[in-house]
Amino acid sequence: MSENYLEINNVSKQFATHLALDDVSFDIPKGSVFGLVGPNGAGKTTLIRIINQITAPDTGEVRILGEKLRPEHTARIGYLPEERGLYKKMKVLDQITYFGQLKDLSRMDSLARGKEWLERFDILNWRHKKVEELSKGMAQKIQFIITVLHEPELIILDEPFSGFDPVNTQLIKEEIKRLKANGSTVIFSTHRMESIEEVCDYVGMINKSKKVLEGKVSEVRHNYKENILEVEYTGDLGGLTERALSNGQVNGSGLQSAVFAIKDGSVRSLISELNNKVELRSFQEKLPSIEEIFISKVEEGNHE
Amino acid sequence: MNKIKLITWREYITRVRKKSFIIMTFLGPMLIAAFYGIMIFLIVNEDIVSDEKTLLVIDESGIFQDKLKSTDMLKLEYTKERTQLQTDSVLMDNYDGWLTIPGDLKVSDPKGIVYRSEKNISLQTKETLNRKLERVLSNHKMEQYGVSESLIDSVRSDVSIRALTVDRSGNEKSTSTELYSGIGMALAIAIYFFIFLYGVQVMRGVLEEKSNRIVEIVISSVKPFQLMMGKVLGLAMVGLTQILIWVILSGVLIFGISLFAGGDMASMQELSETAQQMQQGQMPPGAEDLDLSKLDEIKMALAGLNFPFIIISFVFYFLSGYLMYSSLFAAVGAAADAETDTQQFMLPITLPLVFAFVLSTTIVFRDPNGALSFWLSIFPLTSPIVMMVRLPFLNVADQWWEVLLSGAVLVAGFCATIWLAGKIYRVGILMYGKKVNYKEVFKWIRHGS
Repeated sequence: MSENYLEINNVSKQFATHLALDDVSFDIPKGSVFGLVGPNGAGKTTLIRIINQITAPDTGEVRILGEKLRPEHTARIGYLPEERGLYKKMKVLDQITYFGQLKDLSRMDSLARGKEWLERFDILNWRHKKVEELSKGMAQKIQFIITVLHEPELIILDEPFSGFDPVNTQLIKEEIKRLKANGSTVIFSTHRMESIEEVCDYVGMINKSKKVLEGKVSEVRHNYKENILEVEYTGDLGGLTERALSNGQVNGSGLQSAVFAIKDGSVRSLISELNNKVELRSFQEKLPSIEEIFISKVEEGNHE
Repeated sequence: MNKIKLITWREYITRVRKKSFIIMTFLGPMLIAAFYGIMIFLIVNEDIVSDEKTLLVIDESGIFQDKLKSTDMLKLEYTKERTQLQTDSVLMDNYDGWLTIPGDLKVSDPKGIVYRSEKNISLQTKETLNRKLERVLSNHKMEQYGVSESLIDSVRSDVSIRALTVDRSGNEKSTSTELYSGIGMALAIAIYFFIFLYGVQVMRGVLEEKSNRIVEIVISSVKPFQLMMGKVLGLAMVGLTQILIWVILSGVLIFGISLFAGGDMASMQELSETAQQMQQGQMPPGAEDLDLSKLDEIKMALAGLNFPFIIISFVFYFLSGYLMYSSLFAAVGAAADAETDTQQFMLPITLPLVFAFVLSTTIVFRDPNGALSFWLSIFPLTSPIVMMVRLPFLNVADQWWEVLLSGAVLVAGFCATIWLAGKIYRVGILMYGKKVNYKEVFKWIRHGS
């Protein structure tokens, strides 16, 4: 069991008219990339704001490495909010330096690191430009630099890919991996699930202010598997056609694709039967994507 | 604390570096000075602006012939009677108007004097004519009673009161009501505009951060209160910088002028010594009979002012008044989504400010030491402006407690508004796309969400 960087224990938050978080707990292991997913309005942003000490929980607590959250902890966190912006009239390097200083870096450190990052993204020659002169993609790079400039132990990215162009999205994915390799913990909040399997080790799901799921991405997918084998082949299934849950042409490849239900221990015999009938090109147990699990969980919640 | 300093510094440096600040700071006073200069010039040199008028006096009575004197503004020509050739249109072509005095004019009951002109007679011309005619008539009457012309002239004398203030220990000081009122008004106007201009800038700054969504990044590092105070203090520093530059500029200007006028400084020195002696109760020999010219009187009155007290008070009231109002402006910026929604919240802030300003120019201006003026200078929402008008009229030796009380109430006042604004600000800056009303704001103050 790895050490937890962040522990969220029984956090609840009530707003004037609705309960934003209802007894939510998560453990976020050190050095992991944790995907926080949930539909819009589920309470993700509220939880992130609580971790950032922008708002305080009504009940429950948040601990960083076992310590209860204190104002000094903000310097250890890098936050890229969903709604983001920069001072339009401020020059790029001034802006980076200013936000670095707000995170307790000295002016000199902030300046040096800012230059380093600009160089790394190959945009050092923009340093004296005002933000309003930059394109949207350029501003997004600056925004990301500001988030990670103080080498935070915990990086919180709220919907990091919304509004980012594909080039910057790729850049951020790579940076997330690099930061993780350097020992940082990353919380990654999104309602778009495509990138979860690719980027995250752990996933936590909230729906309607409540936690519905938490765990390792691989384990979660395994737990929710529907025992389905997917095969691609050429030839004729013959008598096996009736046992297939679905069968059809794979677009553009000339291959056929079929799906079979399997039970423990039945895979071997099924494959040998298939092998006798057709030319197998690939076969794999189909695991549900996080998105599928998410949708089924949300629907489950809607029926309640 | 360090973070507030950092935010303050950012606000300060980005604003002071702006071209608009530099232009305002150096061009602003010139524009104001030019504006007032032109106004004073126009008032003093009326004859240049208003046209010279030529009137024909048709004096059938013969009483006024050559007694009614022409002035620079009003040229008078006389005739005994109107000739056939002098039709209305001929007169119109040659004169701005004509005054007909009937031949049977009774001195005791002068009726029937008529002024005719193509254009409406101006109020000023009418007043001038009335006054002149009355004077001639009264002289005429006195002459009829046998009073000689030279005697009449010697009877008339102009009176001008010299005003002195005396405190309880018997110190006397020259005052000049006109001058002091002028100084008081100038200070009040300065504070009024400063609070408004800088308050609105605070509001705009908050709105910018809110609508640009910068605020969420900033408050993940600092408390909302620190951000608000940083902005408020940063702009206060900008204001102080501006004032400081203006004080230095006007100091240089005054020094330059007095150097140019030559030797004036020496006489100024002398006068302030005289004024000081008078303050100590020792009348310099012959001071009572000293025939003071108008200019000397002004210099004397200036020397009688406690400038360090006035300057320190001005800076104090400017800062405190600004702190009180700008924090409220910050709260308005936080509650609104865009500048157009700020209107409904602006009213309760601008109302006392405008109220204080209007009362300062009227009631307080007329009676700076009256009861209403006193209470308005204690009430924190009006005191920063009202106290400015009162300052030159205060006798510090006896009325120091009024300033102290007003200052203490004002400090308590701005602490209260900052506390209140902080509560509204904290919730408001994270509230997007929601139409906020007063009910909502009261809820934030009570519950904090």
